Formats: sequence, structure tokens, C-alpha cells
Amino acid sequence: MKEKSSEHSEDQHHEAEIVTETFSEAAPDSIFNRFFLEVSSLATFTLRFFKEVFKPPYEFNELISQSFLIGYKSVSLVGITAFIMGLVLTIQSRPTLAKFGAESWLPAMVAVSIIREIGPAITALIFAGKVGSGIGAELASMNVTEQIDAMQVSGTNPFKFLVVTRVLAATLMLPLLVVLADAFGLFGSFVGVNVHGHVSTYLFFSQVFQSLQFQDLFPAVVKTFFFGFAVGIIGSYKGYNSSEGTEGVGKAANSAVVFASLMIFIIDMVAVQITSLFQS
Amino acid sequence: MTTDTRAIEIGHDNKQGGLAVVEMEHVKKSFGNNHVLRDINLVVHKGESLVILGQSGTGKSVLIKCIVGLVDPDDGKLVILGQDVSELKSKELIELRKKIGFLFQSGALYDSMTVRENLEFPLRRQIRSTPKETIDSLVKEAMRNVGLAESIDMTPSELSGGMRKRLGLARTLILKPEIMLYDEPTTGLDPITSKEISSLILEVQKIYDTSSVIITHDIDCARRTANRIIVLKDGICAAEGSYADLAKSEDAWIRSFFE
Repeated sequence: MKEKSSEHSEDQHHEAEIVTETFSEAAPDSIFNRFFLEVSSLATFTLRFFKEVFKPPYEFNELISQSFLIGYKSVSLVGITAFIMGLVLTIQSRPTLAKFGAESWLPAMVAVSIIREIGPAITALIFAGKVGSGIGAELASMNVTEQIDAMQVSGTNPFKFLVVTRVLAATLMLPLLVVLADAFGLFGSFVGVNVHGHVSTYLFFSQVFQSLQFQDLFPAVVKTFFFGFAVGIIGSYKGYNSSEGTEGVGKAANSAVVFASLMIFIIDMVAVQITSLFQS
Repeated sequence: MTTDTRAIEIGHDNKQGGLAVVEMEHVKKSFGNNHVLRDINLVVHKGESLVILGQSGTGKSVLIKCIVGLVDPDDGKLVILGQDVSELKSKELIELRKKIGFLFQSGALYDSMTVRENLEFPLRRQIRSTPKETIDSLVKEAMRNVGLAESIDMTPSELSGGMRKRLGLARTLILKPEIMLYDEPTTGLDPITSKEISSLILEVQKIYDTSSVIITHDIDCARRTANRIIVLKDGICAAEGSYADLAKSEDAWIRSFFE
């Protein structure tokens, strides 16, 4: 009977719970062990994602629905935040640049900052807060109310239907949101520049585009796919493997945001190192 | 309280002896050091309504989750509709699951969907090429059979506890299962609604010609629905028989369920 368990991919979340319980009994105080157990569970979960994502049947309708919920419904939040971010960054940078007589560099400096780092990082963090917690709470709640079990009983692969679609939607939508956030951020910067002076739209944006190069844009966009994937997979992992009870729902949402945010910084750090290797 | 680990057979129902749809032999399941099912041996016959009674934590829910494949037994043999579950591949197991309906304790309705979408979901998943007209007629039929025809465009949050149970039942029945598993079907319901659900279980059994396994604490539900009752204790089948026979048992612990 036990040999069959490996074939029942749908049952892995139950097994993960059991492994965690058994482990907790064995070494309750070992933080390192807990950390490595968590990492190995997440790695197994991620491997399962890659195994399931290429296997038919493909859940296109659910993917479109999730892309709408995850992407389109985040547009206003991301847009407003990015606009304010560009505006504030410009207003706060102006006095420092003015001291060195480099005020004319303001559009270029803000553009490089927003496109290279601030746009992707801040948008990804907002995305982790809104989407990561949403996925974590939703799947945890479905777990607690036995909806995931019900899906499995009705012959649906819940991992494919719930996890694969959400992770893919998060991976595909975040880069689009970042591009949008960059645009709103630059517009905010343009408004910020014009708070204390007058710079025409043409002059501002020509300075912005002159200062940007392909190596500013390309790595910044590529890393956002990884950010999106991290938010989706961590949110799904936390929700899908949540403990029983309503307390588990809150914990899943909270830890999804914390771990996804941490992962965003780690990916960002690695991305910067890789980019700097090519630039040097 | 009895400490006998063997099943006490008290009387036999006329349904026994028919074609077996579920057979469990020496099934065991543990979670860490918690040995939930220690040695389960039972048979469910075609057309029979088997009620499983037992105190909380005796493994009743784990037992029916083993039958539907939500939990893998650690050891033992499980044969469903003539197929040894341990020998089935994933696809075959999914096919087998289509023949088993499961009514969850909470109803397990999809909150993000309307009543209609809840019912359409299993149909669309399992028979992807089903025409819309067929889906519509199956949905209406299932809703009619559980007496919820008026609530089709509501969301689960707008339904009462009894209606949620009915909807959960309708969603399960829409695939016309051969075996129905009920996990505490009357828990959390008032006595009148509990009575209605118990009657519905019997109606469903007649209309859909199903075999039923009902996990319950509700002795009134057991009395109304059972052809045969099994009492679980400490992870084994401690007693078996009809309602009347078990109610007259010489074992005070078994009798206490019926008092």
C-alpha cells in the first residue's frame, strides 16, 4: 500500500503535514532543522509545479481568470504607488543634486533608479503583500473547509487547478505590472520636476530615454519574472500546506508575505551580482 | 466498556451477502505515533446502507477517507468495486473516484462559485465535451432531487446549514456515483433538518441505486438510515449488527451509544 503513495501526487500535501508533525515531535527546538525541512518541502513543491505545468490537461480558462484577478485587479494599487514613488523620489533628490549643480541630471537619475531597481523591487513587494497573502489565505481557507479534498474527490487535480494556474498568473502578470509601474513612476517624476520649475514633457522624456540603455531595461524585466514566480509559489505553498483551523489561514497569509518579500530581496541581490558580472 | 479487540457480530441484516462494493482487510493507518486505524476489516454490500458509529478520534473519518483515496492506508487490502486500490495507477484511481461520492462534514462548497457553478464544476472537469444543454438538465435534475431548485443562482454564503448539506449532496450526486460516503451528514443541524437530511439519504439511495457508508454521531440518523451498523473503538471494528440488535447489546459501552 505504501508504494502507491508516490503515484498519488495529489496526496502530497497531506504527507507533507505528516512529515512536519513527525519532525516537530523529533526535534521541536531545532531551528536549523526546521529551516532545512521548510526549504526541502518548498523545493519539493516547486519541483512538483514544474512536473505538473507541462502535463495536460491545461487549465487555460482558470489561468485567464487568475491573470485577471492577480494582474488587472492590482493595476490601480500599483499605479498609484508608483506615481507617488516617482514624485517623492524626484522631490527628495532635487536638493541634493542642486547642491552639486547637477539639477539637470534629475530626470536621468530618477529614470535609472526607477527602471533598474525601485520600480521592480517596490512593485514586487506590493505584489507580495496583495497577491501573495491573497493566494496564501485563499488556498489555506480552501484547505480548512475541505474544498481541496472535495476537488480531489471529484477527479480534479487540485494542484494543477489551484497552484499551477496561480503561480503562472503571478509569473506572467508581475512583469507587466512592473512596466506599468515604471511608466507611472516616470510620470510621477515628471510632475515632481515641475513642482519647482518648468520642464517640458518632450525635454523630460528625451532626457529619460537618452539615459537608459538596454542593459538597464533587460535585466530589470527578466528578474521580475523570478519575483512573480517567487510570490506565486510561496503563497501557494503556504496556503496549500497550511495547518488545520482558522489560525492556519492567518498564519499562511502572513508567512506568505514575509517569505515572499525575503525571497524578492535575495533574488534581487543575486540578479544584481549577475548583471554586474556582464557589465564589467 | 469492553476491551475485546474482536468485532462482536450481533445479528445479520438481509442486505448482507450481496455483491461487495467495498472490502477492507486488515487496514492500518497511523499518523506518527498515533495509530488511528489498527486493524479494520469490513465489507459494504451493494445497495446497503452501512453506518459507522464511534467516539471522536476513533478514526471514522480516516476510514472513509481511505475508501475515497484521500488517505493512503499504511497496510492492508482495500478493494473497491472489485478493484484492488493498491494496484491502480493514478489515472485508474481517478476513474474509480468518479464512481464514489463524498459528502463532506462542512459541505466543502466552493465559496467563489455560485450554486450552479458548484454543480457544473465536477461535470465540466470530468466530461469536458458535455454539451451545455446536457449540463443544464443534469444540474436542474440534481437540484430538484435535493429540493433546492429555487436557489440555483445564490452563492454558498447565502445558504443555511441544511441547504449547504443538500447542495453538497447534489454536487456529489450529479456524477451518479455507485457508492456514497457521508461524513457526519447531520452534524450542526437542528433536529428537523437532521431528519430531513436522513430522509434525503434514503431517497438518494433509492433514486440513484447507491450503496452508502455513513459516519455519524447522530443516533437518530443511524436509526433512520442504517441497514447495518459498525461500532469503531480504538481503531478496530468493535461491534457489528442491526440497530435493534446493537441497542440490546449486553456490552454496556455499546449500549451506551443507543441510550
